[in-house]
Amino acid sequence: MELLSGADMLIRSLQDEGIEYIYGYPGGAALHIYDALFRQDKVKHILVRHEQAAVHMADGYARATGKPGTVLVTSGPGATNTITGIATAFMDSIPMVVLCGQVASTLIGEDAFQETDMIGVSRPVVKHNLSVRHPEEIPEVIRKAYYIAATGRPGPVVVDIPKDMTTPNERYEYSYPKKVKLRSYNPAVRGHAGQIKKAVDMLLAAKRPMIYAGGGVILGQASDQLIELTRMLGYPITNTLMGIGCYPATDKQHLGWLGMHGTYESNMAMHHSDLILCVGARFDDRVTNATEKFCPGARIVHIDIDPASISKTIEADVPIVGPVDAVLKEMIALVKESKEKPDAEALSAWWKQIEEWRAFHGMRYETSSDAIKPQEVIEALWRLTNGEAYVASDVGQHQMFAAQYYKFDKPNRWINSGGLGTMGFGLPAAMGVKLTHPDAEVLCVTGEGSIQMNIQELSTCKQYDLPVKIVNLNNQALGMVKQWQDMNYESRHSQSYMESLPDFIKLAEAYGHVGIRIEKREDLEPKLKEALAMKDKLVFLDIYVDRFEHVYPMQVARGSMKDMWLSKTERV
Amino acid sequence: MRRIISVLLENEPGALSRVVGLFSQRNYNIETLTVAPTEDETLSRLTVTTTGSDKVIEQITKQLNKLIEVVKLVDLTEGSHIERELMLVKLKATGSQRAEIKRTVDIFRGQIVDVTSSVYTIQLAGDSEKLDGFIQAVGTAGVLEVVRSGVSGIARGEKILSI
Ligand SMILES: Cc1ncc(C[n+]2csc(CCOP(=O)(O)OP(=O)(O)O)c2C)c(N)n1
Ligand SMILES: [Mg+2]
Repeated sequence: MELLSGADMLIRSLQDEGIEYIYGYPGGAALHIYDALFRQDKVKHILVRHEQAAVHMADGYARATGKPGTVLVTSGPGATNTITGIATAFMDSIPMVVLCGQVASTLIGEDAFQETDMIGVSRPVVKHNLSVRHPEEIPEVIRKAYYIAATGRPGPVVVDIPKDMTTPNERYEYSYPKKVKLRSYNPAVRGHAGQIKKAVDMLLAAKRPMIYAGGGVILGQASDQLIELTRMLGYPITNTLMGIGCYPATDKQHLGWLGMHGTYESNMAMHHSDLILCVGARFDDRVTNATEKFCPGARIVHIDIDPASISKTIEADVPIVGPVDAVLKEMIALVKESKEKPDAEALSAWWKQIEEWRAFHGMRYETSSDAIKPQEVIEALWRLTNGEAYVASDVGQHQMFAAQYYKFDKPNRWINSGGLGTMGFGLPAAMGVKLTHPDAEVLCVTGEGSIQMNIQELSTCKQYDLPVKIVNLNNQALGMVKQWQDMNYESRHSQSYMESLPDFIKLAEAYGHVGIRIEKREDLEPKLKEALAMKDKLVFLDIYVDRFEHVYPMQVARGSMKDMWLSKTERV
Repeated sequence: MRRIISVLLENEPGALSRVVGLFSQRNYNIETLTVAPTEDETLSRLTVTTTGSDKVIEQITKQLNKLIEVVKLVDLTEGSHIERELMLVKLKATGSQRAEIKRTVDIFRGQIVDVTSSVYTIQLAGDSEKLDGFIQAVGTAGVLEVVRSGVSGIARGEKILSI
C-alpha cells in the first residue's frame, strides 16, 4: 500500500473518481491541498476570480455533461463566497462537490482567523455535508460525497477539511473505495409496478391528456424514453423552464413551456386537461399559479425520484416514486402490450382545440422598424447557430426571451438558474460548458444588470482561452423588475434603472477580448454573423434593445393557469 | 392534529442540528423534542411531537426521511402506542397545604422525591395530558418550578422500530 499525506490522498481520490476539472481559488486553509495539486497533472484546476463563479462553472459543467462538478476553496470568506452558487445548484438539483478548507481542528470554535462554521452555514442549501475528522477517512469521505451528490435526486455536497487533515509530512495508507454503502440512504431504483399499471390505464382512458415534463427528465437522462412514450401515445406535451430540451421544441406535439411566462397553448391545455402525467417536475409556484385554482378537471399521475416532491403542493392521484427512465420504460412496455388504445376521437377533438389555442397566440410579438426587439435577437441567434448552441442564461427578461425564442431540440443545452434565479450565473456557467465542449457554440445570454454581477470572469476567460459569445440584451434597466413595477406599481421605477453603465466594448477590450456594439436593426444579423465567425475569440455583443418591451404571456397573479396577460393590453 | 414522530438517527455530530434545522427551515412546528443514544451505540433515538394537517405531517416525514442521517422513522400516532413524559415540579408546601399536596400526588401516582420545610419536589410520569392535569389540580399559584422531559413513545404490541 502507498503512503500519502491527507492532501495527496484528496487529490488522488479526485483522480480515482475521474474528475477532470476543479474550479477554485486558494487561501491559507487550502494551501496543503493546492500544493498537492501542483505536484500532479491529471486534475486540472481553473482559477476563477471570485469563488461564486467557481461554483457556477462547476454547475454549468454538470448541467451540460450530467456529471458532478467540483469546487475547491479556502475557509472563511472563500467558503462563504460559494453559498449563492451552492444554493443555485441545490434549487435545481445539480450534482456537485464543494471542497472547503477549514482552520485546523484544534482551532475550531476559537474564532480563529478565517474560521466560519461552513457545515452550519451551508446546511439548508446542500443535499448533505461532511467533515473530515481523520486524514485516513479522506478517500471514503470523497467517495461518499460524489455518491450522494450524483445519485437519487442529485444535489450539492460540501466537504469541510480542517487544515491539519492535510498536513504534508503525515502519511497514511491510501486506497480508494470502489463502493460506499450508506444504510440510511437508498434511492429508489424502480417504480411500484402496481402504480405504474394504474397510471397507464388512466393514461389510455384519458380524453384530454397532457404530459408535463421537468428538469428531472434531463437529470435522469430519460429524454429518449419520454420522446418514445409521447410519440406512441400522440399526446400533447409541455415542459418546465428546467425541462427545456427534454423533448424537441420544434416537434408538433410540443406546446412550448408552461407557467408564468409559458405559452398560451400550454397553459390553456393544462388548465382544461382531464389527466396530467407529470414526469420529473415539482408543481412549483412559477408553474401552477394559485394552487387552489390549478387544473380543476385534471387527475394527476406524478413520477419523481424524490418522494417529498410528490403531493407537496398539488396532491397526486397516482404517485410513482422511482427513476424517471426506468418508470417510463415500464410504461412504454405496458402501453405496447395493452389492448386499450388512446381514444382517437377524443384525442382528435382535443388536438383541434389545442391547434385553435396555438393559432390564437403562438408566441407573437410586435416588431418595430427601428428598435431592435430582444425576441428577434434570440430568433436570429437560433437561426444562425442552427439551434445547436449551448445557451447559458442570466436572470431577467432576457432569460425568458431566450427560453421562449431559442428552440432547443436537445437536452443539456439550456443552462439557467430556474429555482433560485441567480443573476450572475450566466457567464461562469457558460465558461464551465465551453471548457468541456470546446468545439461547441456556447452563448451567454445576459442583461447589463446580470453580467455585472460576475463580469470579473472575463479575466478567467482570457487565461484559459474560453471563447464564449456574450449576448448582452442591453435595455438599460433591470428590465424584469421594471416590468413588475409597470404592472403592479403604476410604473414607479424604484431603483430599476442602471445609470452610468460602463462602456462594455472598452471593458471587453481591456480584458483582451472583442467587443461589438449593435444599435441599429439592420446591423443585427450581419454583426451577429461577424461575431459567430470569430471562433477563437470571446466576443462581447452589446445589443441595445427596445427598453420598453415586456415578457408575455404572463400569468395573472393569484389566478389559475389560464389567466394570462398576452400583451400590455390583452388579458384573457 | 398532534403527532409523535420517532426517529432512528445516526449517532454522529451534526445529525441533530440537521433535524432541528429542517423544522425551522420549512416552518414546521416542534412542541417537544427528546434525543438520547440507544442500546446500539451507532444510533440515537429522537422523538418529536408536532402539529399540522395531514399534508404537512406527510411532508415532515418525507423531508425527515430525506436527511441522509435519518435511518428510519415512524409516526407513532398512526397506531396504538404508549407515550410518556417525565416531570419534576417544585411546589410551595407549608402548613395544611402539605397534606393536600401529598393526597394529590398519590392520586396522580407521583412521588415526592425531595422535601424541605417549605418545598416539595415531585416527580411524575405519564402522558402529557396527565402532567397538565396535575398542574391544574395543584393550582399554578403554588408552583415554583417545572421541568418536563418532552415526550418519548413506543408502539404497543409486537411492532418495533429498529434497523
Ligand atoms: C442576485 C439577484 N439579485 C436580484 C434579483 C432580482 N432580479 C430579478 S431579474 C432582475 C433584473 C435583471 O436585470 P438585467 O440583468 O439587466 O436583465 P433584464 O431583465 O433587463 O433583461 C433582478 C434585479 C435576482 N434575480 N438575483
Ligand atoms: Mg437589463
